Amino acid sequence: MSTLSLRETDLTTVESFFQQELEKDLLRLVTAGSVDDGKSTLIGRLLYDSQSVYEDQLHAVHRASQTRNNGNLDLSLLTDGLRAEREQGITIDVAYRYFTTHKRKFILADTPGHVQYTRNMATGASNADLAIVLLDARRGIQEQSHRHAYIASLLGITHLVIAINKMDQVAYKEEVFLEIQRQFSEFLDPLAFVEVYWLPMSALEGDNVVERGANMPWFQGPPLLEYLENVDVPSAKTTTPFRFAVQRVVRPHQDFRGYSGQISSGVVYVGSPVKVLPAGPVTIVKSIHTYEGEQSFAFAPMSVTLCLQDEIDISRGDLICSAEAPPQVSRTFAATVIWFGERPLQTSRKYLLKHMSQFTRAEVRSLQHRVNIRTFSPEPCSTLEMNEIGVVEIETAQELFFDPYRESRASGSAILIDPETNFTVGAVIMLGTAGKRSSTQSLEHTPEKDKWRPLTADERAQRFGHRSAVLSLPSRERLAQLLERRLYEQGAQIMVLRRWNDDAAAALEQAGFIVLALDTAAKETVSLPLLPKEDEQAVDKILDLLLAANVLLRIV
Amino acid sequence: MQYNLSYLRALEAESIHIMREVASEFQRPVMLYSIGKDSSVMLRLAQKAFHPEPIPFPLLHIDTSYKFKEMIEFRDAQAKRLGLKLIVHTHQRALDEGANPFRLGTQRCCELLKTTALLDALRAGGFDAAFGGARRDEERSRAKERVYSFRDENGQWEPRNQRPELWNLFNSRVKPGESIRVFPLSNWTELDIWLYIHLEKNPVVPLYFADEREMLVRGASLIPIEQPFIPRLQHEHPQLVRCRMRSLGCSPCTGAIRSEADTVPKIMEELVSFRRSERENRAIDHDLDGSMEIKKRAGYF
Repeated sequence: MSTLSLRETDLTTVESFFQQELEKDLLRLVTAGSVDDGKSTLIGRLLYDSQSVYEDQLHAVHRASQTRNNGNLDLSLLTDGLRAEREQGITIDVAYRYFTTHKRKFILADTPGHVQYTRNMATGASNADLAIVLLDARRGIQEQSHRHAYIASLLGITHLVIAINKMDQVAYKEEVFLEIQRQFSEFLDPLAFVEVYWLPMSALEGDNVVERGANMPWFQGPPLLEYLENVDVPSAKTTTPFRFAVQRVVRPHQDFRGYSGQISSGVVYVGSPVKVLPAGPVTIVKSIHTYEGEQSFAFAPMSVTLCLQDEIDISRGDLICSAEAPPQVSRTFAATVIWFGERPLQTSRKYLLKHMSQFTRAEVRSLQHRVNIRTFSPEPCSTLEMNEIGVVEIETAQELFFDPYRESRASGSAILIDPETNFTVGAVIMLGTAGKRSSTQSLEHTPEKDKWRPLTADERAQRFGHRSAVLSLPSRERLAQLLERRLYEQGAQIMVLRRWNDDAAAALEQAGFIVLALDTAAKETVSLPLLPKEDEQAVDKILDLLLAANVLLRIV
Repeated sequence: MQYNLSYLRALEAESIHIMREVASEFQRPVMLYSIGKDSSVMLRLAQKAFHPEPIPFPLLHIDTSYKFKEMIEFRDAQAKRLGLKLIVHTHQRALDEGANPFRLGTQRCCELLKTTALLDALRAGGFDAAFGGARRDEERSRAKERVYSFRDENGQWEPRNQRPELWNLFNSRVKPGESIRVFPLSNWTELDIWLYIHLEKNPVVPLYFADEREMLVRGASLIPIEQPFIPRLQHEHPQLVRCRMRSLGCSPCTGAIRSEADTVPKIMEELVSFRRSERENRAIDHDLDGSMEIKKRAGYF
């Protein structure tokens, strides 16, 4: 175990310290356990023993321990941050902790154990490379232990630590540890983790957390922190094919047209052939730009700006990718969904879906089955309730460019958003393409407001289901008409303005209208990307853009 | 060929990704600029995110009028040098009525000059997204903060009902009047901030560096005397003390620490040798157990 130290005013030491800091790698991990498994105490001890707790925070915990814990230092108080949690003595939301040793930096997502917070476990696991699942030695395997291990595996975590805690409560008996290991191994086998580390522990007494301790001489493996410092969790990010979702088109002047984004996987060189989706053509990377200057190559997870050799219509949401190994392209796909919403998942409802930098309408076309997380066996069902996991087929309004999640987390994941509450209701783990078929729509009304107050823009927006906006569509008369009718049929306030007039436009905007201007003089409030030539496709693209820009407040 | 990005550059790439998402998905984003070190890093990241274009949103400073003089000078110099669009907002009515931390207490004073002022400024500007430089390692309730933190129409935070945030897929959907606070530095620690400032040669307010300054010395506390209303004890006189500010806020509520650290490397050295959290010198966090959470629920950053 090691802490940071620096000798005073020794500048060479300072510089080498910086170097050492910079060369550290980062391990992202998630911890999960049931309510009383001692997780907060474990994390408190990791932070405390790796000297990652600031003195004044420690003082505060000392003070609080006086009143709550008969004066014994209660390490769980270091991490239970919200008042409600401190009052109830449980953890209700995912919390992020940061600590560092001389070998590694750690970002730890501390997630609640209770079943109603499964969504937080999934949240914490989504970015983690390794999971620690805590068990209470006295109680052994609980239903939640199954769920936690299963969610970790589902979200692509390859390395698992099973920490069997509270060994002090079972007199540090090896048989207890071995029996739990034997039972739980059977369950873990089909989940195919690359590595599972079984660890007997007492977080309260500090056995096998940072120090080995003298209470379990029968256990030879390294304590937790030492294991975390040394475990090899290789990142697949730069060995998988190149994927780059366009976040922004950068056009500072006539001679520069670049595409900004973060490389989610792979490597790209100046001169690399790349494919552009959905446009389709293959072109060559002309240059790679960052604030520091031009680069000859770049790799995941760098954020860069690419310029391409050919002029291709590219806008936000498009994908620049490896020409040799492009992703799957489809409007329908199969996925495992973890449901977060209070209202159950319904196949008859429309949702919004975000995938990479794409935002589109989506429908769950069919719900194939729910997964029993104890047996992994499929069960028939008609909806998914909160915290349930199921396999579905999803259809989107726009084509998605994706990889199966197990091949690439970034291009194989999506979220579902409820268009009424705007809450994130589902985590989507993409499996592969599915067959074809299509859909219908619905609209709901907003309630009447107090009649004596003047109408506000927000009230109009609530009523119409959209905010006011001006779109400029010069020379697309037919498109404007089609879009107007599409929105009108759903109760939108919309008008096509053929000749631009500032006063008329201002009045329409004030009245909450969406104005479709056909005149080049129009002052647009939402700028449109280059649109597909085909009018119906262009309408679909515009509708998604208006949703992404929060102009449309519900799906039309 | 090894493709290894250092953890700090990985954090940088992540923050840039967040900023580009916000600039693309929201109608009227704004960056809250507090003049401190985190703001300085945020500003540099914004330059990088949008290069070679200028930063596509304005900066907003909530000026309580009790900030250190050097902070305001630094702010104006930065805005000029970088050609930024800077909005300064002050809750003038509260000040006219004599708001200061000694008359009102720190809680009420913050509520008026910071929280109310911030909400007023956001409303006046019609901003639907506001970047803040808060980090999760700063304080217990911030450890649970999302990168996209949803605020209702009153600008308030409901910790029990935060939207799940998976992978790097951020949910930007808001209804009229609602907004998102965005924290692109969520995963940075205080040490990361200083290391980055060092590597990038990022300018910061000189108050962070040790110098001889006039202070009221009360036990271990060093109290700056920029404002005339700081009450003095009998026979109390300011003394010249070699000290620096670890975090920057309003001068009456920000204590200094004794320090010899007059360069960034020395500050980092000091950081790793004594582990006190940077908000320790901020009187406002300690009013009540859980006071930061209470402020955040009300709309504070």
